[in-house]
Order: sequence, then structure tokens, then C-alpha cells
Amino acid sequence: MTTAVAAAGVGTAARAGVEIRLENLRRRYGAVTALDGLTLTLAPGELVALLGPSGCGKTTALRLLAGLEEADGGRVVIGGHDVTGLPANKRDTGMVFQAYSLFPHMTAWENVAFGLQMRKIGAADRRRRAMETLELVGLGGFGNRYAHQMSGGQQQRVALARALAIRPKVLLLDEPLSALDAKVRARLRDEIRRVQLEVGITTLFVTHDQEEALAIADRVGVMQSGRLEQLGPPTTIYARPATPFVAEFVGLTNKLSGDVRGGAVEVRGTRIPLVQSDVPDGPAVALIRPEAVTLTSSAETSAGPLVGTVIATAFLGATSRVTVDLGDVTVLAQLATSEATSHPAGTRVQLALRADPVLIARETSGATPA
Amino acid sequence: MSRNRRLKLQIFRLAVFVLLGAFFLIPIGAMFEFSTRGVTEDAPRTLNAWLTIAQTPDLVAAILASLGLAVLTSLGMLVLLVPTMIWVRLRLPHLSRVIEFLCLLPLTIPAIVLVAGLAPIYLWMNLNISDSILTLAFVYLVLVLPYAYRALYTGLAAIDVKTLAEAARSLGASWITVMMRVIVPNMPVAILNACLLSVAVVLGEFTIANLLNYVNLQVAIALAGRANATVSIAVAVASLLFAFILLVILSFFGRPRARVAPDAPGLPYPGAAGGGMR
Amino acid sequence: MTVIERPLVETVRRPLGGGRRLAMPQWIAAAPFFLYVGIFLLLPTAIVVSGAFIDSAGLSLANFATMNQRFVINAFLNSVLLSATSAIIGAVFGALLAYAVATGNPNGAFRRLVSSACGVLAQFGGVTLAFAFIATIGGAGFITLWLQQHGMNIYANGVWLYQLRGLVLVYIYFQIPLMVLVFLPALDGIRPQWREATESLGGGTWHYWRYVAGPLLAPAFLGGTLLLFANAFSAYATAAALVNQGSIIASLLIANTLTSEVGLANPGIASAFALVMVVIVAVVMVLYTLLQQRTARWLQ
Repeated sequence: MTTAVAAAGVGTAARAGVEIRLENLRRRYGAVTALDGLTLTLAPGELVALLGPSGCGKTTALRLLAGLEEADGGRVVIGGHDVTGLPANKRDTGMVFQAYSLFPHMTAWENVAFGLQMRKIGAADRRRRAMETLELVGLGGFGNRYAHQMSGGQQQRVALARALAIRPKVLLLDEPLSALDAKVRARLRDEIRRVQLEVGITTLFVTHDQEEALAIADRVGVMQSGRLEQLGPPTTIYARPATPFVAEFVGLTNKLSGDVRGGAVEVRGTRIPLVQSDVPDGPAVALIRPEAVTLTSSAETSAGPLVGTVIATAFLGATSRVTVDLGDVTVLAQLATSEATSHPAGTRVQLALRADPVLIARETSGATPA
Repeated sequence: MSRNRRLKLQIFRLAVFVLLGAFFLIPIGAMFEFSTRGVTEDAPRTLNAWLTIAQTPDLVAAILASLGLAVLTSLGMLVLLVPTMIWVRLRLPHLSRVIEFLCLLPLTIPAIVLVAGLAPIYLWMNLNISDSILTLAFVYLVLVLPYAYRALYTGLAAIDVKTLAEAARSLGASWITVMMRVIVPNMPVAILNACLLSVAVVLGEFTIANLLNYVNLQVAIALAGRANATVSIAVAVASLLFAFILLVILSFFGRPRARVAPDAPGLPYPGAAGGGMR
Repeated sequence: MTVIERPLVETVRRPLGGGRRLAMPQWIAAAPFFLYVGIFLLLPTAIVVSGAFIDSAGLSLANFATMNQRFVINAFLNSVLLSATSAIIGAVFGALLAYAVATGNPNGAFRRLVSSACGVLAQFGGVTLAFAFIATIGGAGFITLWLQQHGMNIYANGVWLYQLRGLVLVYIYFQIPLMVLVFLPALDGIRPQWREATESLGGGTWHYWRYVAGPLLAPAFLGGTLLLFANAFSAYATAAALVNQGSIIASLLIANTLTSEVGLANPGIASAFALVMVVIVAVVMVLYTLLQQRTARWLQ
């Protein structure tokens, strides 16, 4: 209830989100190319997550948008205004850092009020708005705490409140959850999404954690070597990865060797269509999701390219991941837990590969079994 | 950071380094210059003053005395401090605050104050035990306590003393074996640091020796200064070089590790009041 | 079973393990340390403290009566002046140098060199330092002669190197490096995120220093200044080597009262002066420790 009221307080003044465009951004550090012509448009109110391994350029993109770094080329447009030449303190962006960004000599509310002070808002107003914003992030009673008196999760909520209190045009989240432990991380992730939706602010979220990106974002952009590999809704990224890199980076993948012929790959006797169109005929490694593998019980004596023995089962909650030894390779299959329990370790099983289109791994030679 | 700001910062840094570098280097350079002067103003440069050092028995005796004191003090420090600190960490953790307080106390009691209280004690020792200059090692051990304590503390904090000791005990080691063969070999850098710091403090000590009427290295330099400034400055340069080498060895071994210890105790840095050379 | 077994094990173990050794209290191992510190640190301190309150007539405050005399008051005032001046100048330049070091590459060789040099120079003092300055700006010093050749005389108004002004200059030589050593960790505790957060919240360089870095570093700066004060206040060797006669500062006064060559030595009065000095230094050091704790909480 309190949250709803507070949200209304912030919400009335909050503008509808604005569109953000990054156009052909380029940035080099010495010999290293951090961003190689990144173009990305965020719709008003949208939350886009940039996902990728460290050094892929995602943080550079965020810092260029914040104005904390200068681009070598390209443009940053926030709400129709070109801000490329503006310093960080003139850009109206709210930023949440990885960790330890709260000013340690200020209480929570003083931290939140700091940006308002920079905007020359009166003391009474400042305090009221800071308290409201703290309510919004669920820390109504924590206004007088110092950073060292709060948990990591609470500190990040204050940091979020501090970023939002100035009613910025854009919210930037730089791996805000990476320093927290798993349980707090999941809860705060959902909390960030709730607040973002309530305020309706356009948000760029940078992370190396695929689960986080898929759970929170409207669209996910997977980056590698300063380029955007694929941009799309989480379901598409996961189910229809556009490139082998995306397939391998997002989710678990079985790598099974097969034979490409006529636009399809034959893997252990099963013909599967290809996503890519430019794969030459010959031996290749197919990337197959554990979800695309199903299994049925098999007689002890039966043999075949897809008959094997269950060697381990990892219980993940509603689903379980079963590891099957096929003799020359092991294959992961993800199934409903109820189904997995009927194939305990040691049982012989027959695998089947669903004929969803698959990607071929880049290193086609040397079939390394997964 | 904007390029403009970076440029301003670099100019600022350069200015600071050049100005303060000159302030710190010129006096040392001047000592070298002074120690190589000839007898008259236009005489050629000479190393006579340096060569005279070896021919001055008083100076040689003082140098040897100071080196002896440095060795005795370091050994005494190791014998007194290492087992106590390990034992306190293992079995008497409630005493650790007291030990820390006592070890850091000499930083708050200036040497000039300590010497006022030491005078009667040394008078008694001179009459009843010995009046050798080497008895100064007793009080020098107190002077080096803060420095040695912090160096050893850093070393102990970096290893899991308790687990190591429990592992060794469960394998049948006696407490002596635990200390000497398990824990001490795991803190060689800390022990080296503690010794080097002790040596540096002892070689630089002037106050107590001077006021208790002993002639150690620094007192000898001061006395020689009245007779022959050039020679005494040559000795001063030599002792400075020696201390410099010791402390450079120390800082290259010690500092980075010192920063690892999460809760190094009390006063953060060696230089604090009272001890040292001044 | 267990009930029977327990005592059995106990009775067997006792003779084997050596019951007597178990009975020895564990603090015995720490006894040599306490004994040693008791004799060579606590006993002299106690002698100073008690000596200050004892004169020929027994318990008395007579030793402190000397504190009224002009030359004693002057010596202590001079000490305060010397310590405060050299501490403030040393703290300002030390902080600037520390900032110049902290803004460089944190793992660079240059930073290593500077911090090593500071470790050495902060320990540098006493006779050697006094001689270094005599060789530089003494009557026949390197700089003095060079300036004379160019028609300048730094001692036109009298030779000040052996006076209070000279001591300030010489003390600064070890005060600056000491400040670098205590202030650098505080500067390292300043996180780049704070500057970036300030900027993204709309603040500029001025706001950053005024509201964030300034208040955060203030306790460390003040604490460092206090440490430098105590450092200078208790220093003796440098002044003794530089000033041949007179008791212009407190530490020289104590030394001269203790071992006067003209037979006026008075250990009781020396103890009284020493007690006053130790109280002043202790108060300053306690304040320093308190400020240091605050710094540690903010900038670990």
C-alpha cells in the first residue's frame, strides 16, 4: 500500500519515458577496440539489457551514454536531443553502479537528496522527495542509516533511489547485482523491474549474467568484441539464437558432431534443419539445446547411435537436467522433474533430438564432444 | 575523464614531482658534494674524507658497536616477540589487545622521555651487570617493538595460523614444532621486514645513546662533526646509504603485502611519534 | 556404554598427557614478554611519572613550579609553534604529493618508487638530516655558496638555519613523506564511482570536492596533521645536532635539564618536563587514533 502511494507521488511528476538512440558509436583504448560502431535504439519506457562476456564493450556503451567517457565517433541522442558533446553532469541520467557507490559520509536520504541539491532544490523539498523515493524502493524506514549500516542489497536500493530521485530521462544500471549473493540478487532484480515499470523510465541494463538479462529485459542485446551480435526479446534470444556465439553464451548447449548435406545436418541418425544458410557440406558440430533432447526408457540389450546410460541427474526445481553417456560423448537433456525421476542413474535410455533448426558451431573441424 | 581535465592533472602532477623532488634530492646531493671537497675552496675534488673514516679508530669502534647492537636487537626482538605473538594468536586471543597496546606504546612515549626514566636503571646496570655499550640493546628492543610488531602482525594476519596449528597438532606435532616448523616458515617476509626495520631504527638511534653517554654510530658522527665536518658528513652519507638500501629492500618486499591485511592494527605507519632516528 | 567409557579414557589419558603440564596456566608463555616490557618500558615510564612528583622533601609538586619560568614556557611554546608549523606545511605538501601519486598508475613503478622513497625519508632524521641541511644551506653549504657567487645572501639578516625557522625547514623534510604514508591509503579509499555518481547526479568538480571528497578526506587530513604534530613535538636528535647551545625547544630543555654539563642536572625537574611532554603527545595521539578510526570506516 505504502509503495503504491509513494509510487503515485513520484509517478505524477515522472515524465513518460523518452527514446534513446546510440548511433554508430565507436571507442578505442589504445590498440583495443571497445566499441566498433554500435547502433541501438531504446523505445520510450523500454528496458534493454546488454549482455556479454567481460571486455565485450557493454560497459563502454553504458558509460558513453552516461557521458563518463567520450566517444571517438558516433552520436548519442536522448529524447530527440543530441547529447554527444555534453559532460555527464548535464545529461540527466540516473546511474546505478556495481557496488560501493553510496557516499559513505552521508545517510541514505542525504545520498538520495544529493542530486536534488545539485539542482538547487530547497532543503524541505529535497528531504520530502528523498523520503518518497526511498519508500518507492521499499526502504521507507532506512533514511537515517549510513552505507556501512546497511546490507549490500539495501545499499543498491538506495543507489537506485538516488538515481531515480533526480527524475532522469534515462536509467543506467551497470551490473548492479553482481556484488550480491544469489538470493538477494533474484529479489532485487525483480524489484528493479517493478520500480522501472512503475516509473516508466527508459533503462539500459548491463550484465554478464544471462539469467538476469533474460529475466528482466524487454529486449536483450548480446555483445561480442564491441559489436551487437543479436538484439531481440529474451525468448527469441534463447530459442532462436542468430549466431553460434549467442547460442553458446546464452543457455547450455550440447555440441554434437554431424554431417552437413543439402541445408540440413545429420546428427547420429537424425536430420535437423539448419538456421544458417551458408554452411558448406561436410563434417560439422551442431549446437543443440538440452530442451531439444527427449528420452524414453530402453531395453538393456538395445543398441543404436542415441542409446545410452543415465549417469547423473541435477534437480533444478520444476525441471531436471539429466546427463546421458552415449559411449563416445555425454549429452545433457532438460526435462520435467516428474519425467526425469523415472530414469534414475544407471538406466538405459533412448534419446531423441527434436527437429528444431539448429546452428553449426564456428569451429567445424575437430568435433569436440560436449 | 575529459581530456582537458586529464591534461591539467598531468601538469599538476609534474609540477609537484619536480618541486618536491628537488627539495628532497638537493640536500642529499649536497652531502655528497660536501664530503668530496678538498681542504681549500679551490682544491680539486677528493675522496680523502671517505678514506679517513677507516683511519679514525673512534668512528670504526662506533660503527662496529652500532652493527653489534643492530644484530643483538634483531635477535632479541625475534626471540621475545615471535613466540609471544603466535601463542597469543593461538591460545590467548583475549590478550591480543593488551599486547598490541604495549607494543605500540613506545610510539607515544618519546625517546627523550623514556631516557629520563632509563637513567637510574642504566646506572644500576652499569654498577651491577655491565657498562658495555651493548647493553643499549635492551632499550633498543623496546624502541623497535612498534615497527617489529606491525611487520609480524601483517605476516600472521596473512596466514591462517589457527588452521595450520590445528592441522599440525592433529598430526602429532608439539607446540614448539608447530611454531618453529609450521608457522614461522610461512612468514619469512614478515620476519625479514621486522629485522630490517629493527636494524634501521638501531643504526639511526641518537637520543638515548647520547643522553646515556654511549658513543654509537650517530653520536660518533655528531662528535666527529665538531672536529672535521667533511669526514663526519662522509660517515653520515655512508650510514644514510646503508639505511636507504635496507629500507628499499624492505619496501620492495613488504609494502604490497601489508595492504592485504584487512585489519592491521592501530597506528597505520612506522613514522609515528618518538621512535626512529629523530 | 558411553557412561562407563568416558572416565576410563580420562584416567588413561591423564598420566600420558602429563597432568602437570596441563595445570600450568597458558599465560605463562606470554610472561617473558610482559616481564621485559615491564622492566624496560613501563618501569622507566613509572620512574618519570613518580620522579615528577618527588623532590628532596618527598611527595611534592615543587618540580612543576619551574614550569612558571620564562625559559621553560618559551621552550614549550617554541615546541608547539615548531610542531604546528612544520605539521601544517608538511601536511599540505604531503597531501598534494600523495594526490599526485594516487592519480597515477596504481601498480606503476613510479608509484612504487615514490612510496618506497617516502618510507625511507620519513625515517630519515637526526644527525644525518641536520648535516644534510648544513651541507646544503649552512655557512659553507652548496646552495649558500652558489647563491653567493650570484650575488645573493640568504643569511643577510643573520644565520637562521640554527634557529627555530631553520628547524621548521629541516623538520618539513621528514614531515612531508610521513604525511604521504598516512594520507595515501585514505586517497586510495576514494572510489572512482563517487566522482562518477556526483557527475551523473549533476555535480561538477567543485561540488565533488566540496560535498564528497573534501568531507571524506577531512578526518584523514586532520589526523595526519596531528600525527605530524606529535612527531615533531617529540623529536630530539635533529634539533640536538643542529642547535649547539640553549634549550629553545622542549626536548632540548629536557635533555639539558637531565644531563647538564655545568652540574645543574635535576632529574626530578626533567621528569616533570617529560611528563608534560608525554601528556601532550598522548592527547594528540588519542585524537589522531579517533580520526583514523572514522577514516577507516568511510574509506577502508
